Amino acid sequence: MLVSSSPHIRTKETIESVMYAVVLALMPALLGAIYFFGLRALFLTALAVISAVLTEYIYQKITRRPITALDGSAIVTGILLAFNIPVNSPWWLPVVGSFFAILIVKQLFGGLGYNIFNPALAGRAFLMASWPSIMTGRWSAPIRPAGSTMSGIDVVTSATPLGVLKYHATPEVVAKLNSGPMLKALFIGNTGGCLGETSALLLLLGAIFLLIKGIIDWRISLGYIGSVFVLTGIFYLFGITRANPLFHILSGGVMLGGLFMATDMVTSPVTPLGRWIFAIGGGVIAVLIRIWGGYPEGVSYSILLMNMVTPLLDRLTIPKRFGEVKK
Amino acid sequence: MRTFRGGVHPPERKELSKDAPIERLPLPEVLYIPLSQHTGAPAKPLVKKKDKVKRGTKIGEIQGFISANVHSPVSGTVKGIGPWYHPLGKKQDVVIIEVEGDEPEEGVGEERDVDKLSKEELVEAVKEAGIVGLGGAAFPTHVKLSPPKPIDTVILNGAECEPYLTSDYRIMMEMPEKVIEGARIIKRILEPERVIVGIEDNKPDAAERIKEVAARENWIEVVLLKTKYPQGSEKQLIYALTGRQVPSGGLPFDVGVLVQNVGTCVAIYEAVRYKKPLYERVVTVTGGVNEPKNLMVPIGTPVKNLIDYAGGAKGEIGKVIFGGPMMGLAQLSLDVPVIKGTSGVLVQLKQEVFAGEERGCIRCASCVDVCPMGLVPVMMANVIEAGKHEMAEKLGVLDCIECGCCAYVCPTKRNLVQYFKYAKREIIKKKKKG
Repeated sequence: MLVSSSPHIRTKETIESVMYAVVLALMPALLGAIYFFGLRALFLTALAVISAVLTEYIYQKITRRPITALDGSAIVTGILLAFNIPVNSPWWLPVVGSFFAILIVKQLFGGLGYNIFNPALAGRAFLMASWPSIMTGRWSAPIRPAGSTMSGIDVVTSATPLGVLKYHATPEVVAKLNSGPMLKALFIGNTGGCLGETSALLLLLGAIFLLIKGIIDWRISLGYIGSVFVLTGIFYLFGITRANPLFHILSGGVMLGGLFMATDMVTSPVTPLGRWIFAIGGGVIAVLIRIWGGYPEGVSYSILLMNMVTPLLDRLTIPKRFGEVKK
Repeated sequence: MRTFRGGVHPPERKELSKDAPIERLPLPEVLYIPLSQHTGAPAKPLVKKKDKVKRGTKIGEIQGFISANVHSPVSGTVKGIGPWYHPLGKKQDVVIIEVEGDEPEEGVGEERDVDKLSKEELVEAVKEAGIVGLGGAAFPTHVKLSPPKPIDTVILNGAECEPYLTSDYRIMMEMPEKVIEGARIIKRILEPERVIVGIEDNKPDAAERIKEVAARENWIEVVLLKTKYPQGSEKQLIYALTGRQVPSGGLPFDVGVLVQNVGTCVAIYEAVRYKKPLYERVVTVTGGVNEPKNLMVPIGTPVKNLIDYAGGAKGEIGKVIFGGPMMGLAQLSLDVPVIKGTSGVLVQLKQEVFAGEERGCIRCASCVDVCPMGLVPVMMANVIEAGKHEMAEKLGVLDCIECGCCAYVCPTKRNLVQYFKYAKREIIKKKKKG
């Protein structure tokens, strides 16, 4: 008879069940990407996934570690990395990005659970630093442009709504950006941008599934997206940003970042208060970069910066225990 | 609905045994009665080899303040005293009795007029009967009934939040009067302002039975609690019913509360009213047995007798657990005896035994969300792994109630409770050394 410590029953939840649930939750956005940007979106995502899984497999094989390349976490990294590049990137871009994300950011830090930075975001930052012209200069408009939304705006050189806001914000353009049709297009996802970030609707659909399953924490998503909304709302009232807060949370990477990147369990704090600070801090940094930084978008750097303080936040936000009262 | 923060919802599996009325287990041939079945000092043996004993004969005597008497459940002959399998793991001294019959000791079963006994006599009767908490912790009841601080609230614990177990349920269904009479005795001793029975809302019929009897009294409240593990844990139960938090390192009396399991109430009543020592108890035998049952079992009966009487195991036995699946103790041998704290015997077949390997933490923080003590299990486990026990103590590992919620939900199957038990032991050992 086996003698081992209690509890003698466990839930069926495993690393695999968690990671594949995240994969599943990313499928609506992937299908959306294919719909909005064409089959090349699928092609690039597949390359990113294959590169991520193979890198993990080969690294673990060479270093004689247990092979966990198919535990789902590398697949998640691959998909998220692909979601962060433009659809007309060259084929090798996702391959290199995933390779960097898995080898340098994840495995060299000790593998799943030990990495400090979100691998997909750090991979994206690496690609941004190495090939900035591809990462920001080659936007393609969606293959089914939503009629009037971008008409009159120069869609050739910088087709992302955030780029337009940053570099081409004439009064007529600003009025268009804040208009109902534009916000609707942003919500649906029919705008320029990285291939997986454009559809708030489809990202929310997947995220709701993960929220119900308890895999992502509502505090982080609400804290991140909410702080972007509140802060840009204040700035909008004071005329510091000319786009309204709805535009700010629906454009760029706020949804993808707030729902799927900041919520990465490995690189976010484990305490409830730590998660609030992490999320709100991230949202604030993203807004500051958008408004005063050199880039039109600040989501990825905001989360990477907060990743760095995660261990500190954990230590500083240990919750009050039950019974921690005066005797 | 009243409850506490955190907790989990494991499959209840109470349907296996909940409708089986309490049956008396036929007398076994030999009993192995441990002298230590309670928190505190072991009882001092009062018998020697070849002595004759009867049902209710005191065979072990209280030693020190926190200890309890031990009685024989049968008439028979002492075959010896020596080490034997014990549910807590290490072998311990037992009195081995060859069973001959059911002849009672003089005075056992004699009716007393409860109202004529003074408070001191009531506590003395409980002490004499060797009563300990029957919920599992087996703390001597007479000590609990002599609190150093005034008690304003007495809680009867009918939560029975461990999956599978139905012994308290059957007690509430079959003998609600005795539960209430036991409570009346506690009330007389402690004179609290409130007496509350807390029952999880997955046992509405048991609550109904208790309510029927309680309706004749004006001093007892029956409150339904949300079904959530560990609702029956003392601190969580007190919080759910009174909003009071037992301070870290403190005991219920620090917040003016006393908690007694409903089964213990029955034992108290029978001890006071009928001079019946605690020599038998209700045990749920369930899981992978052919006929799950609730049995009245003489203390000292080897567990194999219970499993056989429940129709035997359905397949190859993988684990035998004393208690429920969340906090119960896995047993080494089928010869281990039932003791006063044994609320259930859960048989897990080989294929049902959890045998997953521990993997690296992915920081999902599920353990943080479920910890009913508001601890951060992941951080405690990490510092314990690194050998930093002082850090674990600062993080509150001594407050851990070992309920198992954290390990239950962990997707990487870390043996979190095992870490905490180990660290607690080491920290306490070090403290004792000075």
